[in-house]
Amino acid sequence: MPFEIYLNVAAAGVLTGLVYGLMALGLSVIFGVIRVVNFAHGEMMAIAMYIAVTLFAAFKLDPLLMMVPIAVVLFAFGYLLQAHLINPFINRPEHSQFMLLVGIGIIILNTLLMIFGPDAKNVQTSYAFDSYQVGPLIIDATKAYAGGAAILVSAALFAFFRFTLVGQAIRACADNYTGALVVGLNVQQLYALTFGLGSACVGAAGAMIVLFIDVTPPLGPAYTLLAFLIVITGGLGSMPGALVGGVLIGVTEAMAGLLFTPSAKSMFSFALLVIVLLFRPQGLLGTSAR
Amino acid sequence: MSITRYRINRRHLMAGAGATLVSLGPVSRAFAQGAPLKVGVLLPRSGAQAGIGQDCYRAVEIAPGLLKDLGLPALQIMGADTETNVDTSRSQAEKLIAEGAQLLVGAFDSGQSSAIAQVAEQKGIPFVINIAAAPPITEQGYKFVFRNFPTAPMILGDAFANQKEIFEAAGSAPKTAVFMHVNDTFGTAMAGGVGAVMPKFNMSYTIAQTISYDPTARDLSVEVAKAKSANADVLIMVSRLNDAILITRELVKQRWTPQGVLSMGPGWYEDQYLKTLGKLGDGPLSFVPWYDPNKKLSKALEAAHTKAYPEIMLNTNHVYTFEALLVAADAYKRAGSADPKALADAIRKTNITDNVSTGPGIQFNEKGQNDKLKNSAIQNRGGKLVTVAPKTAANAKAEFPMTPYDKRG
Repeated sequence: MPFEIYLNVAAAGVLTGLVYGLMALGLSVIFGVIRVVNFAHGEMMAIAMYIAVTLFAAFKLDPLLMMVPIAVVLFAFGYLLQAHLINPFINRPEHSQFMLLVGIGIIILNTLLMIFGPDAKNVQTSYAFDSYQVGPLIIDATKAYAGGAAILVSAALFAFFRFTLVGQAIRACADNYTGALVVGLNVQQLYALTFGLGSACVGAAGAMIVLFIDVTPPLGPAYTLLAFLIVITGGLGSMPGALVGGVLIGVTEAMAGLLFTPSAKSMFSFALLVIVLLFRPQGLLGTSAR
Repeated sequence: MSITRYRINRRHLMAGAGATLVSLGPVSRAFAQGAPLKVGVLLPRSGAQAGIGQDCYRAVEIAPGLLKDLGLPALQIMGADTETNVDTSRSQAEKLIAEGAQLLVGAFDSGQSSAIAQVAEQKGIPFVINIAAAPPITEQGYKFVFRNFPTAPMILGDAFANQKEIFEAAGSAPKTAVFMHVNDTFGTAMAGGVGAVMPKFNMSYTIAQTISYDPTARDLSVEVAKAKSANADVLIMVSRLNDAILITRELVKQRWTPQGVLSMGPGWYEDQYLKTLGKLGDGPLSFVPWYDPNKKLSKALEAAHTKAYPEIMLNTNHVYTFEALLVAADAYKRAGSADPKALADAIRKTNITDNVSTGPGIQFNEKGQNDKLKNSAIQNRGGKLVTVAPKTAANAKAEFPMTPYDKRG
């Protein structure tokens, strides 16, 4: 097999993995701070994808340009969800939280089915079929844009948590819940803000992923599973871990499809998860539970 | 005013009951003959095959008027969604039978149809398969399962014969091929069939690489990259709708136009494919069970279909779903009863020559298979479908090799 085929497949895997990573980043942020596992994560991304499809169909608005407005809508959705529905469950047993979020996921899935039906929907941008040739490398334009945007959004999120007061306050909540209460932080509001930020990440990822993947309502649960696969591999609660996990899963699936059989791609990504769990249970960049 | 008391004794009661039964007899018989046959139609109307399942259902919606024009009894349709899931297909079939379905029709997909066939056979309810090509379904010795659709070897045999005709007419024959197929029941059966049937046809090409993939895959870039790396002349496909669209996108993005895309399954000729891809949808050749445009009933079906769905072209899904209902109504008329065994016996003796599909008509062999069906080769041209083989049914000459994707303006 020519070498450039490996190169092309690896490049496509990296770019897709970056977008996967951004999606999983939202899940990791939410878990890292609130310690709630968002089982409706993929379904929220499906909402973002449908918003992008609807805006494109109605007003020909490019999903890349709409990425920020869609992220804002998902931020508001996530904020309200946490403030009014999830916050009362914070101190309840984990199985209650699990059922709540699974329930929210099912409601979203069926609402999408009722509104949009089961048919696959997509956006046909002017660059939908474009690709760039750099020497032997052929890069899918939509994946290149999406991958680039994923890097920018992730960098902005890292900067927010590192350099802003609100970001530092959120990190304080994550580090020491009681301490945060003692120093007078409004933890409930910060939690809502965090869930909103995690949702905004998944909203941005949805707006980008719809450029190269058609959306159907059942895509939601599939992406929830994928997000779990990524964050557990990268390290649950670790922001860099989510991105690394995304790229690793993207490349593993791509190369497994090329070197073995494409129908067994998922088998290899789950095998990678099992290996990581065996030798580094906290994930590649996760920290051990104290 | 005097009131006469009239006492009802046992003799009066018996006489009255007898008279009631005698008087109701003709009424009951008339009701049995006039009552519509309850037909459970199982199709994948959600999930990965939703588009095709809903397309099949269009034929269900236009069938009543056509069946009435043919003087056939009415059918009471009981729709059910298999959700593109084998287990759901089984449970939905059981549910329909429990709710009174007297005959089942469906289910587009071989895996789902196999599951329904097991239920139908267990419960003794006739099942007429509209579309499903895996041979084992009619090799089980079932007594209540009938299929008016070619099996994978039948489709492949006609496909190879039609391909040879096209290559000969074009004066250009490919030397190598990549074979990509979905890894579901249908795709696997077709893959097995290619290996078994192709050697009998002495084809000009050899298969350089076989790639199987998940029909629900969201991204097929790796699959297409792998196919491209084989540097083959033609791409042979056994796919579904969504993956056909995904593969075409990848062919364009990865800058590979094979001499031809030779499809032996659904997807590449369907309306959604043509509408989604526009000019990029032109070129693929589909070797499929099709309809004979010259038959009287084909014209009637096409007219009814165009009236109901002016934006959608008549295709395999509509033709074979309609014919499954035609078989049901015809059998009900001849059986004169909704008794499952009488219906199954009537279906076994079916001999419909006024039909739609290519071939001499609808008859079933001892296994419940219509083995007289023939296939056609069709090509996407300017957003429409033309028949290019066999010569006897062609209305255009095949464009082979197809125009490269980057030279379509």
